[in-house]
Amino acid sequence: MIAYLGRRLIQSLLILLGVSLITFALLYLLPADPVRQIAGRSATPQTVENIRQQLGLDQPFVVQYWRYLKKLVSGDLGRSYIQRSEVTELIVSRLPASLLLMVGAILCELLLGLSMGLIAAVKRGTATDQTLMVASFVGVSAPQFVVGLLLLYVFAVRLSWFPIGGYGTWRHLVLPSLTMGILGAGWYARMMRSSMIDVLRQDYVRTARAKGLARRAILFRHALPNAILPVIAMIGIDIGIFMGGIVVVESVFGWPGIGQLAWQAIQRVDIPIIMGVTLVSAFAIVLGNLLADIIAPFIDPRIKLR
Amino acid sequence: MKKFLASTVAASALALMLGMTSVRAEDAVDPNAKQGGAITITYKDDVATLDPAIGYDWQNWSMIKSLFDGLMDYEPGTTNLKPDLAERYEISPDGKTFTFKLRHGVKFHNGREMTADDVKYSLDRVTNPKTQSPGAGFFGSIKGYDDVAAGKAESLSGVTVVDTYTIKFELTRPDATFLHVMAINFAHVVPKEEVEKYGADFGKHPVGTGAFKLAEWTLGQRIVFERNADYWHKGLPHLDKITFEIGQEPIVALLRLQKGEIDVPGDGIPPAKFQEVMADPEQKARVVEGGQLHTGYVTMNTTMAPFDNVKVRQAVNMAINKARVIQIINGRAVPANQPLPPSMPGYDKEYKGYPYDVAKAKALLAEAGHPDGFETQLFAMNTDPNPRIAQAIQQDLAAIGIKASIQSLAQANVIAAGGDKAGAPMIWSGGMAWIADFPDPSNFYGPILGCAGAVPGGWNWSWYCNKDLDAKAAEADSVVDPAKSGERDKMWSAIYDKVMEDAPWAPVFNEQRFTMKSARMGGADNLYVDPVHIPINYDNVYVKDVQ
Repeated sequence: MIAYLGRRLIQSLLILLGVSLITFALLYLLPADPVRQIAGRSATPQTVENIRQQLGLDQPFVVQYWRYLKKLVSGDLGRSYIQRSEVTELIVSRLPASLLLMVGAILCELLLGLSMGLIAAVKRGTATDQTLMVASFVGVSAPQFVVGLLLLYVFAVRLSWFPIGGYGTWRHLVLPSLTMGILGAGWYARMMRSSMIDVLRQDYVRTARAKGLARRAILFRHALPNAILPVIAMIGIDIGIFMGGIVVVESVFGWPGIGQLAWQAIQRVDIPIIMGVTLVSAFAIVLGNLLADIIAPFIDPRIKLR
Repeated sequence: MKKFLASTVAASALALMLGMTSVRAEDAVDPNAKQGGAITITYKDDVATLDPAIGYDWQNWSMIKSLFDGLMDYEPGTTNLKPDLAERYEISPDGKTFTFKLRHGVKFHNGREMTADDVKYSLDRVTNPKTQSPGAGFFGSIKGYDDVAAGKAESLSGVTVVDTYTIKFELTRPDATFLHVMAINFAHVVPKEEVEKYGADFGKHPVGTGAFKLAEWTLGQRIVFERNADYWHKGLPHLDKITFEIGQEPIVALLRLQKGEIDVPGDGIPPAKFQEVMADPEQKARVVEGGQLHTGYVTMNTTMAPFDNVKVRQAVNMAINKARVIQIINGRAVPANQPLPPSMPGYDKEYKGYPYDVAKAKALLAEAGHPDGFETQLFAMNTDPNPRIAQAIQQDLAAIGIKASIQSLAQANVIAAGGDKAGAPMIWSGGMAWIADFPDPSNFYGPILGCAGAVPGGWNWSWYCNKDLDAKAAEADSVVDPAKSGERDKMWSAIYDKVMEDAPWAPVFNEQRFTMKSARMGGADNLYVDPVHIPINYDNVYVKDVQ
């Protein structure tokens, strides 16, 4: 176990290092000069060179990357070129909103996905099953910006049940969480359905049925806990999918998280922020996967860590 | 003998000559204005910085104007200069020395009185390369600028504090734009102690002398301004509070405006909704239309074949169907025939420009030795509507045989290509077009049409350099006497007419501004399309539903 953990940690660090190198290199190769952006259109060539020197952007790639890494170790992600604030501060101030949205999305996808999968499994082969599976298919395939705008239009503009975008109360959280959750819910519904069908075929379920236990008791006490385990183990991996989703969803709903920060930074070619958000996201994904792998054997004894 | 000049208003000049410290005409406050109340403005993007030495986008530009003041300003809703933190000024006959007398009793938001030392400190700071100000170049005419810019000096030798309330500027050349330069945000006055306290984060903790002070800044969510009760201009501002909500998509902002939740969508009416809004009389009544100091143009790289031939450039001018391009943006513009926008002094009303004439354009191309046209590239920024506009231009060019492939790229990449001599044959300027820093005709020349801008990394993307015109521009800018401004404007008109003969650009349109507001907002229409405050003049607007 310890050896496994150690190996996984080293792997994770290498992945993060790789991500930082690739992102840094791509941004370095971008045919846009951040210095000219900072210096503005009325700057003389001399001013431009001065700023380039101050930021160390006149140095070769390797030197620049090495300096970045050295600062990174002490938690310094540099200063935004456009906003001129510390990137760490910008990300830290927006992280709670993104985490909250993720929790909301996980709740939504579990509630929706698991119940859809459960019903479909129990009603296997019926019209209900087919309808639910088509719905899950649509949920998985629909682009999030479309789902988001649709939900916004129906539930916020037409019905006024929820506020139109913004942040602050639980009511603000519902629609963005749902938008993010619908995608995962589709996956979970399908996984839950097949896992449940699998469990329902098991001998112990047949035994329970033969004993004359109530249908409800069989489902919720005997089948569900076993069917749900492999699904739960997936949540860690979801973080990666969420990291992609928050960029779109946060922009649509005006949710002040790091996805929105990333989108703005990309549009304005604000390199330090793009770097920072990419690293933080990569860290979250690596951590999520690591946790998923560590937790998996505890909930499903068939899985062993090697 | 020195001439004393006060404002553009004759009455106040008279008042000063008589030694009166009267309230100037433009200081009059709207008698219908109501005091108090709060408004909400929305924006999609984060506000970058509120440091006047650094902020240089249309979003923070107007916010900074409400937090800080400069020696000069404009009468609300107009392009007419007036003294602001200065009570009056004098210009030496040779146009090289400007002396400003400061207002007494003006206080920073921290309670300390603003003095001439603060003015000097602010200018030394903005020109210091360490500040990395995008506006440093505006102060190039001040004596000692080059030494400061090169890091050889810490202080501008041409700026002298005469006494607590008097400051003197010596210039290296007569500069008719200097009063405008003293009105731009980069020249706004900051208190040294606060700048030193916050260092690089001063932009997040702005302290100025302006009508509003910063009350709250929650990153990524909102910025709140509250009324500066000690504002030197009695009776202003009218509003108690302005809340800027950040992260709101324009379409969401419009929906919220329709529901009465907000007062002004800062990013404007989303293009997809424009016709719907304008077709509804109730909504249309709350839209204010005005000109802006903007021209959208196609640059042609005059150093690259075949655009090194003036006939080819003239042919392009005649090939573009401007009316059709304007249709693409729902008619939110007027056709342009010269670099200057119509609301800019020096705009030549008599000039007719190149007509839309496909046959003549083809003939010109044939004369230039390209009867069958040629292949080239048209660069454009990749956000809507620019790719669509580029496509319309592409079709127009195809009609005369020019096959232009469109390079649709991120803004920074297009700017980089334009600043590279061999980078881009043609650029559609949309999304990056020149919007004047101050309402003076010279501002459309130097950086974008003059030789000074035709350098690597410069903004003269047509790489047009006419030394003769540069000399004429310098001559026009040496006419410092405001009484001769009409004469100077004519000189500038002639310069732009000559530019159009050489046709380094094909001017396409001048964008109009459409500001939408809630029904409760009051104040003259021109405050909502103020040429220097975008979207609105926060200091002078008010709400009708208070008291």
